[in-house]
Amino acid sequence: MAFSTEQAQAQLQKRHRKSLYFARFCAFITWSSVFLLAVLLMQISIDGFGWLDWQFLDSFPSRFPERAGIKSALVGTLWLILMIAVISVPVGISAALYLEEFAGKGRLAKVIEVNVANLSGVPSIVYGILGLAIFVRFFALERSLVSGALTMSLLVLPTIIIASREAIKTVPMSIRYAALSLGATRWQTTWSHVLPASFPGIMTGVILALSRAIGETAPLIMIGALTFVAFLPQSPMDEFTALPIQIYNWVSRPQQEFHQLAAAGIIVLLIVLLLMNATAIYIRSKTEQRLK
Amino acid sequence: MSSQESSEQSRDKAKNQPPAVLDLQAVSVLYSGKPAVKKVSCQILRNRITAIIGPSGCGKSTLLRSLNRMNDFVDGVSIEGKILFADQDLYGKGVDPVEVRRRIGMVFQKPNPFPKSIYNNIAWAPGINGYSGSMDELVERSLSQAALWEEVKDRLHESALNLSGGQQQRLCIARALAMEPQVLLMDEPCSALDPISTAHIEDLLFELKSRYTIVIVTHNMQQAARISDFTAFMEMGDLIEFGDTDQIFTRPLKKRTEEYVTGRFG
Repeated sequence: MAFSTEQAQAQLQKRHRKSLYFARFCAFITWSSVFLLAVLLMQISIDGFGWLDWQFLDSFPSRFPERAGIKSALVGTLWLILMIAVISVPVGISAALYLEEFAGKGRLAKVIEVNVANLSGVPSIVYGILGLAIFVRFFALERSLVSGALTMSLLVLPTIIIASREAIKTVPMSIRYAALSLGATRWQTTWSHVLPASFPGIMTGVILALSRAIGETAPLIMIGALTFVAFLPQSPMDEFTALPIQIYNWVSRPQQEFHQLAAAGIIVLLIVLLLMNATAIYIRSKTEQRLK
Repeated sequence: MSSQESSEQSRDKAKNQPPAVLDLQAVSVLYSGKPAVKKVSCQILRNRITAIIGPSGCGKSTLLRSLNRMNDFVDGVSIEGKILFADQDLYGKGVDPVEVRRRIGMVFQKPNPFPKSIYNNIAWAPGINGYSGSMDELVERSLSQAALWEEVKDRLHESALNLSGGQQQRLCIARALAMEPQVLLMDEPCSALDPISTAHIEDLLFELKSRYTIVIVTHNMQQAARISDFTAFMEMGDLIEFGDTDQIFTRPLKKRTEEYVTGRFG
């Protein structure tokens, strides 16, 4: 034998130790970020929890902190999520299906692919400027919910397309071949097999994208969403505000009470976010079960 | 067996030969201009099993996939020559490849059931093709033909992915049979299966022969010798020899064929 058993033993123990150190290092990194998040949430809860009541949810903003509420912002955000989803999900999934299933590997597909990847890295304020120029001014949609939703849809489309494409890629070719060899058209194959099999992955991407959208402030401020709205939008053409804008507005006030209101607003935003994620996980597990 | 007897036998066979279902005329398949199959000519006879054997990469799977236009989905593939199916060139103008695949079914190397129920695996393709008869009957008939009915009749609505590998492959055969194809192409259908499942499928092929025309690509020479009526031996894209299976395995005309079937290379 090339080396004695004691040597081998010592070497083995060294390797085990290394492995242990690395595991501890990873655990430390993981838990420290969780700890930071917990501290943040604690701070916000301490500040905002006292203000969180039905009156807060059911009131419009006010000069007086004790009468101020988040109703218009919450309703505005719900409108926005819904409209963004309606616009960006069908467009995003269609684009992903086209690129993966129909476009082939030509030069055009390559150009689109690179551009989509680049777009996902563009700062959100740039989308705000774009929205202002195109939707607000050129299409004269004013500072309406539609303008906001369209701008936000542009912002999240690259994320949805990239995530959907990844999900579609994981569907094995053998499934497509099976369907095609039975006399199915491309579309029948895609609709009946590729889409259902990639649905859980697509849902994950969609929820990530929508979560990003409801947290974004810059594009909305850019297109001129209002910061003080004492009415509810009645139609997609109405002016609006959203949770992050309201929070931003309260934080920038000098009075301590408004800072606490902002904390309460953040809690509401987080709850909306968690509810969305929970829905996504529910839908995903439902569809995955059906497939297995 | 004396040579006189066997020559009489082959003359008898020639007299009773069924008509050709597929007639390959100088078929070449090229991958971005590079030939993978070179000028192959042969006839696939009705209600017979034709085996294609040869070493890895000899083009046998490529040739098989060109018989139902599955090569259309591979980038850069082009076909030369003619493949006549019912007197019509499969690659002729105005031929709808979807229609071709409906009439010439395929079973793949690895079982590839849809991640759906056993029932829906069978029923999907007839459904989208406008089958109007009783779907329950069709499912039962197809599964029976694939010798799977008895094993799965009580769990038709369970996922097909819970079946064993051999059962999955028979389900794939049943799925292809449900379309009532004229020809069934099989690309090494047993290579991912254990010997018992393989024996199952071989028995099944014997039964199916009376109703279908089967072309099977196989790595396994014993399998070709056991189940096929005709054998094509390919090497480097060339069809070296095509003939009666008995003749190919006992009295091959070409030296390369003899070397391959006796296991001296490959």
